[in-house]
Amino acid sequence: MQLPNPESLLSDISAKILTQLANPDLAESSALVGIHSGGVWLMQRILSQLKTEIPYGTLDAALYRDDYAQRGLKAEMQPSNIAFNVQDKHIILIDDIFYTGRTTRAAMNELFDYGRPASITLAVLINRGGSQLPIAPQIVGAEILLKPNESLQLSQDTKGKLHLSLETDDVSATDDLKASHV
Amino acid sequence: MYNPQLDADGNLKHLLTIEGLPKRILNQILDTAETFVGVAERDIKKVPLLRGKTVCNIFFENSTRTRTTFEIAAKRLSADVINLNVGTSSQSKGETILDTVDNLIAMHADMFVVRHAQSGAAHFIAQHVPDNISVINAGDGRHAHPTQGLLDVFTIRRYKPDMHNLRVALVGDVLHSRVARSEIHALTTLGVPEVRVIAPKTLLPTGIEKMGVQVFHDLKAGLKDVDVIMMLRLQNERMNGAMLPSAQEYFKTFGLTQEKLKLAKPDAIVMHPGPMNRGVEIDSSVADGSQSVILPQVTYGIAVRMAVMALLGGGQSAGTAAGGLLGSGFPSSLQSSAGGTA
Repeated sequence: MQLPNPESLLSDISAKILTQLANPDLAESSALVGIHSGGVWLMQRILSQLKTEIPYGTLDAALYRDDYAQRGLKAEMQPSNIAFNVQDKHIILIDDIFYTGRTTRAAMNELFDYGRPASITLAVLINRGGSQLPIAPQIVGAEILLKPNESLQLSQDTKGKLHLSLETDDVSATDDLKASHV
Repeated sequence: MYNPQLDADGNLKHLLTIEGLPKRILNQILDTAETFVGVAERDIKKVPLLRGKTVCNIFFENSTRTRTTFEIAAKRLSADVINLNVGTSSQSKGETILDTVDNLIAMHADMFVVRHAQSGAAHFIAQHVPDNISVINAGDGRHAHPTQGLLDVFTIRRYKPDMHNLRVALVGDVLHSRVARSEIHALTTLGVPEVRVIAPKTLLPTGIEKMGVQVFHDLKAGLKDVDVIMMLRLQNERMNGAMLPSAQEYFKTFGLTQEKLKLAKPDAIVMHPGPMNRGVEIDSSVADGSQSVILPQVTYGIAVRMAVMALLGGGQSAGTAAGGLLGSGFPSSLQSSAGGTA
């Protein structure tokens, strides 16, 4: 499958976010929040294009995930850092890949423990389909429908350039193999 | 080698002692604790990880401070907390440790925090409990106090991030100190190149050199150019017999004063696990001075205990856990007869 160039998707969502921030009603009380790790990379790139200063922060949301009882804590957690006052802010929440919506739910729950935002807008690089909750991104770079056994990863190289990679977990192939033995 | 603290996948199952824990696990606990430092600085100092779980603090030996920090840690993870001061309850009526524990298991406890005057008590309980229950040692005799050791290295790491380039001195009653043992294990595992112990001969266990430390009997010589000074409490209540002439005499030779602190590096930090005996092992001006990180230790202690509980409490499906508990806790005949009545 031909994957889109993440750098041009970033330009797209940056432009949309900048348009939203240009709205004088929202501009003064807006803030950006990136979800670790991909969302934070994207946020930093967007921040570098802004001409004015805007409050921003980072979230991990691992402490609010609904799969803790099954999986425990993931190996590498990043501390959340929301140094601004969340109360009454218009928050633009940034993540790299939108899938089940569960990370977004966890991130929103964590955000509400810092205060009551005026609104939350979700911006993602890619919506890969498969939402399991009534949650959807408002700002999207691209929609790519993927199968459950496929996994899309955003990475950042040492020069800060973004890359997308698609991995396929070969479940069906192993099943076929088992079937042929029977 | 079989390690009762780790499960089959090498994840932390119980925290009984730092001895034998791989560096990977120690770093995982310390890294996780970084996340929890931030939680305590928010307006809502609570996360939902242990919602619906019950943590039992079983204290066979009194310790208000340690019990309080475990209680705060568990509550900030949204767990329900039950405190049992067993010294003042059932045990004085003749109940055995395992009977006490079995009763709490029957009440569906999920995690035990155990403090006992006997070395090995937490280990003993960990071997007894069913698979879905985790045990944290909150101090057993002279043996270990792993969360204190971890919070001390966490504090050091926060002020002196380059652990591979540090000189750390532990000063005082090493003989009676379970904290000292846990600290030495943690520091050497994390690669601190030079750990010194400074104490009179009567307050040092024999063969302490085998733990990889340098021994000093003179405070001034031992403090020279150290980055971290960890004062230990003079354990009055543990001392049976005259190991020291007097508290005043001890302060004169082994008490940390401003003057002696100047022998360490200018940016050295001073630590104390508490409770402090001011004027015995540490002078008030040092304890309250600019190089003291004694109160940050207390703050970080909560984050570290939250990290340990969070790592122990997850990663097991609730369904399996409940099934395991019923399966092992009650005889099957009891369950079937209950079904028959219904």
